[in-house]
Amino acid sequence: MEVNPLDLDAYSLSGAVLSKEISVSEVVRSVIAQVELREPSISAFLHFDPEALLEKASVLDEKVLRGETVGRLVGVPVAVKDNMVTSDMPTTAASKILEGWRPPYDATVVELIKDAGGLVVGKTNLDEFAMGSSTENSAYKVTRNPHDLSKVPGGSSGGSAAAVAARMSILALGSDTGGSIRQPASLCGVVGVKPTYGYVSRYGLIAFASSLDQIGPIARTVKDAALLLEVIGERDPKDSTSILGERPKLVEREAFGVESLRIGIVSELVDNCSTEVRDRVFMAARLLEERGAKVDTVSAKAVTLGLSAYYVIAPAEASSNLSRYDGVRFGLRKDGSSLTDMFFSTRTEGFGDEVKRRIMLGTYALSSGYYDQYYGKALATRGLIRRQFNEVYKDFDLLLGPTSPTTAFAIGEKSNDPMAMYMNDICTIPSNLAGHPAVSIPFGLADNGLPIGVQLLGPDMSEPLLFQAAFELERLAKENLEDARA
Amino acid sequence: MPRSNTAYEIGTPWLYEGYELVVGLEVHTELKTRSKLFCSCANEFGNIPNTNVCPVCLGLPGTLPVLNKTVVELAIKIGLALNCEVRKSTFHRKNYFYPDLPKGYQISQYDLPINSDGYLDLPSGHRVGIVRAHIEEDTGKITHMGLSGRMDKSAYSLIDYNRAGVPLTEIVSAPDIHSPDQAREYVVELRGVLMALGVSDGRMEEGSLRVDANVSVRPMGSSELRTRCEIKNLNSLRSLVRAIDYEGKRHVKLYMRDDAPIQETRHWDEARQRTDSLRSKEEANDYRYFLEPDLKALAPTEGFIRGIESQIVDTPKLKRAFLNESLAGEEMSDQVEKAIDLELYPYVKHAIEVGVSPRLAIARTANELAATISDAPYLSIERFVEVLRLEEDKEISPSQAKVLLNAVTKRDESVSDIISALDLKKADDGETRSVVETVVAQSPSEWARFLEGQDQLMGFFVGKVMKLTGGKADGSVVKDTLLQLRQRDS
Ligand SMILES: [Zn+2]
Repeated sequence: MEVNPLDLDAYSLSGAVLSKEISVSEVVRSVIAQVELREPSISAFLHFDPEALLEKASVLDEKVLRGETVGRLVGVPVAVKDNMVTSDMPTTAASKILEGWRPPYDATVVELIKDAGGLVVGKTNLDEFAMGSSTENSAYKVTRNPHDLSKVPGGSSGGSAAAVAARMSILALGSDTGGSIRQPASLCGVVGVKPTYGYVSRYGLIAFASSLDQIGPIARTVKDAALLLEVIGERDPKDSTSILGERPKLVEREAFGVESLRIGIVSELVDNCSTEVRDRVFMAARLLEERGAKVDTVSAKAVTLGLSAYYVIAPAEASSNLSRYDGVRFGLRKDGSSLTDMFFSTRTEGFGDEVKRRIMLGTYALSSGYYDQYYGKALATRGLIRRQFNEVYKDFDLLLGPTSPTTAFAIGEKSNDPMAMYMNDICTIPSNLAGHPAVSIPFGLADNGLPIGVQLLGPDMSEPLLFQAAFELERLAKENLEDARA
Repeated sequence: MPRSNTAYEIGTPWLYEGYELVVGLEVHTELKTRSKLFCSCANEFGNIPNTNVCPVCLGLPGTLPVLNKTVVELAIKIGLALNCEVRKSTFHRKNYFYPDLPKGYQISQYDLPINSDGYLDLPSGHRVGIVRAHIEEDTGKITHMGLSGRMDKSAYSLIDYNRAGVPLTEIVSAPDIHSPDQAREYVVELRGVLMALGVSDGRMEEGSLRVDANVSVRPMGSSELRTRCEIKNLNSLRSLVRAIDYEGKRHVKLYMRDDAPIQETRHWDEARQRTDSLRSKEEANDYRYFLEPDLKALAPTEGFIRGIESQIVDTPKLKRAFLNESLAGEEMSDQVEKAIDLELYPYVKHAIEVGVSPRLAIARTANELAATISDAPYLSIERFVEVLRLEEDKEISPSQAKVLLNAVTKRDESVSDIISALDLKKADDGETRSVVETVVAQSPSEWARFLEGQDQLMGFFVGKVMKLTGGKADGSVVKDTLLQLRQRDS
């Protein structure tokens, strides 16, 4: 029987490539075939070049044949969100302002994937500059949810989540500023991880909100997510916020179980969810308890302030980060009769509405006379949230909650209501503000056939414990629920 | 209204219609490091435009700054030399749009600068407070093409990003300066400090040292602080002096007619010798400072700071103190000021340290060496000391020493070969005595008057002897001999 390489997990696939059971070229041909089949209806990719991929594959195949050292991801397809720069592919951040830009360098994560023998298959769609929760804010295309093409895949890493869910790639990279990895992973029925702030290098990630942005893996299995995070989780001297010291091993946590782990359910996070999602979270809790975990509910009032703090801090940083798009050195330039004119025309034409909205919000929040009232207060709130989380973590090892308040919503449903759209991130934002890691794990389907995700949260550098519990939840879902994979 | 266009005279206090000047200076100095502040690009002046650039200093999407540790060391050096408190500091973003600013913000320090609350003592004895001395990055350089040289009238502009990301220290003084001359003295002294520390090459014309002046005036004797104007484009000490003088008088004239200056940034027009409004406070940028999220706080340890402190040896203040202590009370302050020059000081210091008389070492350094140092291919500290020793041991006369010192700096020969070649061996005392006797015999009438007590004729005889010996005679031996002969003949 012919095995489709895309049905394998990354672990087995790289093993098969190493033992020469499957060639990288075969893997790539499967990817191309799958993309030809699914991409026309899903639109996950902003850049996909089959010929260049085949060339890369044959280079890798020769290496394998010659017996050269190849890394742990040899031959494994990795889709990269288009806000991470690649020297051999255009990088747009889904914005017109970067149309056609060819970065002269690779992001550190891209380098690490290449060094590990991984195959960057293409660049995936996102909300422009990662600002959004549905991938509808892309300047180029709207990505559709592989489970239901009338629904959004979530965002902003919607392209990456959809590509993995539709088996157009085995692994993908996303970036998470307020939930942008976990929420689309949840809506597409895949695993998404936002590591501790500073765990993965941000060098080469096009900044949205620098103090919140973090790159992380999207995969079909917890084990694949752990593998990818082991590959990209390296201290990087090019990123001053990169955490010093060794990253712990994660894949080995597969069989550790949850015996005597203290897991809390944050009541404030469950309160804002649909009944179906809430019920699923409590079901997960019950099943974990059956496996030996100690589960209890806990209150952390400050998390309810997360959304307001986030929508001041993130736009403030964004307004500064996006100043460099001025038409002078790269990307789009619209000439004008004066310098100011050129700045105006370039930015007016180059940025989409949501980006402009956030630049304006952020500029306002940082303006003299308003700083204390908005930015200063938001920073104080952020400190409060972090302190309250750390207080809770004195009694609990991990927290459990929903990833998204609802399952995937319809395309267009919230695009004219920014507040309704922002509410999507209510369960994910607190982790970004605290700098803590969190994982979204698919946990069955809702009545409408769409995936539900549950989220595990932990304190700084708690990745090993998070994965330990995520592996268990994955097993529990498999034993008790329908397969959430598309 | 008063009309006075007389230029300010250096060295005088500034007082105009009963008003005194209140000036604070902001000095930006480029730091001499191998690489830029946040990337590994070369920090070099004068290279082909846009060759010392990389994704980081071009502000390309996705790039992040990594702080150059040497910059921190140099900034701390400056802070310690300016008697500042060195402490934990943070970086902020200063946001504004301009094509020479790649990221659309400058990474600078805001409410927590690395150095604060210091002072600089000027040679005149006046103390100027240092509010802060912080680290920030330089911008690129923009050249507007076309006749006017101004952006709004030019056809196009060229930008060179070689300078973008070059490390700067901004040193902000307290408004403790009260005359254009004092401003000049402050900049000269500060430049001396920076050059002595080896952190800056101090060239104002090339822009490696840039000065902005905050100028206001107040009625003499009052302690209020009135509206100030910031003057930019001060490319030389001369324009600094003139601009401050002009601006101070402009303020006084406004007050005299019951008007007042408005807070604004003004530009010194070198050609027209006046300041013009650049932008008012209302038009000024709101820089929207906020904590730079891409960099961590800078917290130098006490040990790190003390290590840097131990490297500081030669600030002008320390040099001045060393020379004055060596002189043990003897007053040579003009020559001391000259001798503490960055290039000259190592010579005088070494000479004194190896035992040459401080008085002689300082005099030869401040006079002869100062005159020749700019063109002295064969000068070395050892050769300099050799000449001073010959003079001190009376092997050569002072006038011979001056000739020899000049020759030693320009001739690729040993000192003894130069002495032979120029025939600079001092006449011995017996030889001198016989020449003196010859001269006395040749001028009987002058000698008679000298015997009668006309001492001014001493010079006449010394001159004659020097002429006959070709300057080889020692003046003091000649004088002694003349006095002995007078005693004999009287
Ligand atoms: Zn550079």
